[in-house]
Amino acid sequence: MYELRLYVAGQTVKSLNAFANLIKICETHLAGKYRIEVIDLLKNPQLAAGDQILAIPTLVRKLPKPIKKIIGDMSNTLRVLVGLDIRPGG
Amino acid sequence: MRKKRIKTGFSPGSRPKCPSGIKGFDEITGGGLPKGCPTLVAGSAGSGKTLFSMEFLIRGALDHGEPGVFMSFEENATELAQNVASLGIDLEDLSARKKILIDHVRVERSEIEETGEYDLEGLFVRLSHAIDSIGARRVVLDTVESLFGGFQNEGILRSELKRLFRWLKDKGVTSVITGERGEKTITRHGLEEYVADCVILLDHRVTAQISTRRLRVVKYRGSSHGANEYPFLISERGIFLVPITSMGLDYEVSSERVPSGISRLDAMLGGKGYFRGSSIFVTGTPGTGKTSIASAFAEAACRRREKCIYFAFEESKDQLFRNMRSIGIDLSRWDRTGLLHIHATRPTFSGLEEHLIAMHRLAHEIRPKIIVIDPISNLTEVGDPLEVKSMLGRLIDHYKSNKITTLFTSLLIKGANEDTSREGTSSLMDTWIQLKDIESNGEHNRGLLVLKSRGMSHSNQVREFLLTDKEIRLLNVSLSSGVVLMGSSRAAQAAQEEMDAVRRREEIERRKWLLERKRREKDARIASLEVEFAAVEEDLTSSIRMEERQGKASIETRKELAKLRKADNKTTTR
Repeated sequence: MYELRLYVAGQTVKSLNAFANLIKICETHLAGKYRIEVIDLLKNPQLAAGDQILAIPTLVRKLPKPIKKIIGDMSNTLRVLVGLDIRPGG
Repeated sequence: MRKKRIKTGFSPGSRPKCPSGIKGFDEITGGGLPKGCPTLVAGSAGSGKTLFSMEFLIRGALDHGEPGVFMSFEENATELAQNVASLGIDLEDLSARKKILIDHVRVERSEIEETGEYDLEGLFVRLSHAIDSIGARRVVLDTVESLFGGFQNEGILRSELKRLFRWLKDKGVTSVITGERGEKTITRHGLEEYVADCVILLDHRVTAQISTRRLRVVKYRGSSHGANEYPFLISERGIFLVPITSMGLDYEVSSERVPSGISRLDAMLGGKGYFRGSSIFVTGTPGTGKTSIASAFAEAACRRREKCIYFAFEESKDQLFRNMRSIGIDLSRWDRTGLLHIHATRPTFSGLEEHLIAMHRLAHEIRPKIIVIDPISNLTEVGDPLEVKSMLGRLIDHYKSNKITTLFTSLLIKGANEDTSREGTSSLMDTWIQLKDIESNGEHNRGLLVLKSRGMSHSNQVREFLLTDKEIRLLNVSLSSGVVLMGSSRAAQAAQEEMDAVRRREEIERRKWLLERKRREKDARIASLEVEFAAVEEDLTSSIRMEERQGKASIETRKELAKLRKADNKTTTR
């Protein structure tokens, strides 16, 4: 099971793109094996410190351990897969 | 694009300042950091950037009622708390009281995969949240350049940093951004291009194995500031900057006099001693009694219940006490009462600037009337003569403006630096007492001469300077056929003079006696002559009388005879 947390700051183009790209990748490679939580830092700024969030958007893989982070709008699918440690087609 | 700079709306001089609370810094910048603007503090590792910014926050929180956010990209809250604990600041307590908020931002590239477009809105959110949660007026970003190690896309980073500084300014917080010193640029990543209002450079250099910290205001838009490199010290009470330069010749002078502790020396100095707030220079070759003059001065000050600091660069405190006791000066007594502060260090213990700062700090804390620096010449071991002179100039100006009378001793090596001293430091001094080592007839004697003393008529005579077990004495020297005599030759001369005097006295006595005798002789003669005369006179008078009597008698006899011869009266009376 992949527990993913996406940090955004308001409904920006980058955030919306990131969310859309993430869903696409997850559906392709992790269908049924993932859960995404979206955190809007504009609403909950105190949550930024916990996961050491600087860049927006940031995706944090809480599970499986170890924690991994990827930043950006996830337009580069290959890098997302590397970042989440998912083998294509696996 | 990168060359474009942020314009400010302030006209020169009118710029509002935010007091940094760092001792000395606010003086050189005319009030502190630019209020509501970011300031860049650049320096190499260990130059004191973190401490500078931390002190700015702590002073703001404690002294100016301005809470602050410390966003650390390097050390975490615990490490920072440990660092400032050495300054006697309880950071955890300040955090608990919401005076200071520490946010540790950890950046590690290895964990982060970049997958496309991003910005640093998360950082802004965090900072904004931190500022709002305690109502911060001050912000520190230490060291924001660490971000360059965390993100690959430098273009994004640069534009985001630029946005960040702009944003800080819009927020109206006074901020300090620290940056690593670069080789060609002020900071490694050229942050100075974005923070254009105020740039401060911290430097830490090691010369002859002695380190010195310096601070320089590279740029301060819309404000005048001291352009020099200012030495600073990280002490147990935070950063201490020496703000003065040798430019201030506008201090008030006093015509009050301060006794030197040696009454005869006071007499040489126009009868009253040194001027209050003046600088006194005592030079001499080894063993001429510089420390003794200095100690006498210090002791006299303590006797008048004036505070005194004695910087000893040659002797330890106890050694000084023992040595001075041998000439009847008990300094330990005054040390115990707290009037005298003895600060004994080796000159090589720290850099010249650190000594200077220590001298400032102590003067600042103790507020003495008298300062003795014994000897100043030892400081040349840790700095070149030019540096020492500039340091002295600053020191003297500082002390003078605080009306502190300062006595410097300086060791002269015969023939070696007598001239250097003359050209160098002496011009800064108001009174110059030269102690001379005079060698003649196989012995050393000490001579004292007031070479100059501004603003008073002073003796131009060399005095013999004698250290006895009770006191310091100044004696007149003997002049014998134009040669100055001192020590045993002076004593010999004195004995000779004494003998001459005795001889002269005896001669006078003898002649007086002779005169008396002659007079008596004359009187005696007169008397005997009178006696003789009287005898002769009597003799002659009696014989005269007898002759007269005989003459009378013969006439009577003839008349009688005639009567008897019944002679013709006619014939006899005819």
